[in-house]
Amino acid sequence: MDTSPPDPQLSALYQELILDHYRRPRNKGTLDDVTHSVSLNNPLCGDEIDLQLRVDGDVIREARFIGRGCSISQAAASMMTQLLKDRSIPQALALADRMSAMMHGDQAAARDKTLGELRALAGVSKFPVRIKCALLPWNALTDALKG
Amino acid sequence: MLDAARLRADFPLLAQRENGHPLVYLDNAATTQKPQAVLDAIAEYYRTTNANVHRGAYGLAIRATEAYEAARAQLAGFVNAWAPEGVVFTRGTTEAINLVAGAYGRAHVRAGDTVVVTAMDHHSNLVPWQLLCQEKGATLRMVEISEDGRIDLSDYGRALERRPKIVAFPYVSNALGTVNPAAQLARLAHAVGAIVVVDGAQSTPHLRVDVQGLDCDFYALSGHKMLGPMGSGALVAKPELLDAMPPYHGGGEMISRVWDDHSTYNTIPHKFEAGTPNVEGAVGLAAAIAYLERIGPERIAEHEQALAAAAIERLTQIEGVTVYGPRDHRAGVVSFTYGDIHPHDIATILDQDGICIRAGHHCAQPLMRRLNVPATARASFYLYNGLDEVDALAGALVKAGALFGYVPA
Repeated sequence: MDTSPPDPQLSALYQELILDHYRRPRNKGTLDDVTHSVSLNNPLCGDEIDLQLRVDGDVIREARFIGRGCSISQAAASMMTQLLKDRSIPQALALADRMSAMMHGDQAAARDKTLGELRALAGVSKFPVRIKCALLPWNALTDALKG
Repeated sequence: MLDAARLRADFPLLAQRENGHPLVYLDNAATTQKPQAVLDAIAEYYRTTNANVHRGAYGLAIRATEAYEAARAQLAGFVNAWAPEGVVFTRGTTEAINLVAGAYGRAHVRAGDTVVVTAMDHHSNLVPWQLLCQEKGATLRMVEISEDGRIDLSDYGRALERRPKIVAFPYVSNALGTVNPAAQLARLAHAVGAIVVVDGAQSTPHLRVDVQGLDCDFYALSGHKMLGPMGSGALVAKPELLDAMPPYHGGGEMISRVWDDHSTYNTIPHKFEAGTPNVEGAVGLAAAIAYLERIGPERIAEHEQALAAAAIERLTQIEGVTVYGPRDHRAGVVSFTYGDIHPHDIATILDQDGICIRAGHHCAQPLMRRLNVPATARASFYLYNGLDEVDALAGALVKAGALFGYVPA
């Protein structure tokens, strides 16, 4: 039996912060006074997210989600909802762009402090099939705001 | 058990390394790797025999037709078909079932009729029947499964009380590995006058199939799941049923005479093979059958059962792992979950060790709902897998457990 230690890329992918958000998701649930909502799923792997926003003027006051899926998609959703609080819609869309850039290997984006805890997901860029997991909540956000 | 290491040498792809590890291919329920003999047969066909079939008046075209029809006869023999003309080549199981639903079903199912399927059917043996029932105003009745993943025979009996026109079920479940009592199910369905459609995608590669012994009416199979090329497959049917069916696709080859506004049709099986067929696929499938026959479907089944038993034993020793499906009457498919580690995360972690497994709903969403899981991880074995690969699977799972805090790193 192979007992070599896990690959460092794997350890980077599944770091404690990500597993913590997976197991204790922040802002999981539904909102009263929803102004924007969207349901998105990935039919290939079955990951699901229902995202709800309360937007006041052009500022996101609160974001909550209900979701099912892998650790990456659920941690990304949890971290995203934390980050969105009190951001303007243009700021939120800019964050979505930064997140996408980080997922596609942009090193500057991976160092960008505005992404907060989401930077823990930088390792996902090494696993091309998992990028869609990390971007699922962000695609839901973009749909909700632009839809 | 078979000498898997020796057999593996027949499969060029399996010599590859993946992420620095020997490739351990455990996704055989999705598709199988191809032995050199199949690759050679396809190349040889194009090097020496390629021409369009059933129409050329020259020697090359006659030899191409002979190769194609010889493949049909070989497949007929392999599953003990009623006759070679009862074997319609298709792109695979999905197309074969759509053919039955589209031609037989549309001609025979009317408003108020019932079609019976099971909760363990693959989407390919479910959605075509949904479409048919929606079009006709017929009722689709899904038979429940027992807790350990078998067809619930008392619910099956209740479904048959509706005197369905068609009863469809899988011989072997792709998600659980359950081997269903197909002959018994067919006998019960015939007793109420139903036509029986068997999804043979997961049985044909892994056990000795005798469609006459099963006494089903239609049997669908895929070539790529039994060492053959993708895009090869067949519908095996009772010739008298095929003969009475309207055509499915229109085009060349399937006709007898064509006038401006109507046509008469070719004899079976050609009536159902419109257009230029996948001759390469048929020739490759014939080579795959020859390979399987040389080893023997009975020995392959025994080998895979031993692998599945070993895998179940090893996996259930890991705290937090749940294995789904029955403990006996099962094929070499092992579906499992590990604590709260999502199957996609398991698959990513195993891939780093060169181990290919499937993660997801296995095209069986109604079944996943009944198991009360969104997805499972699935290891599925074939003749070239060995106990060393079961070890590799168990070892990599322990690593997944370490990453997620289930076992000390």
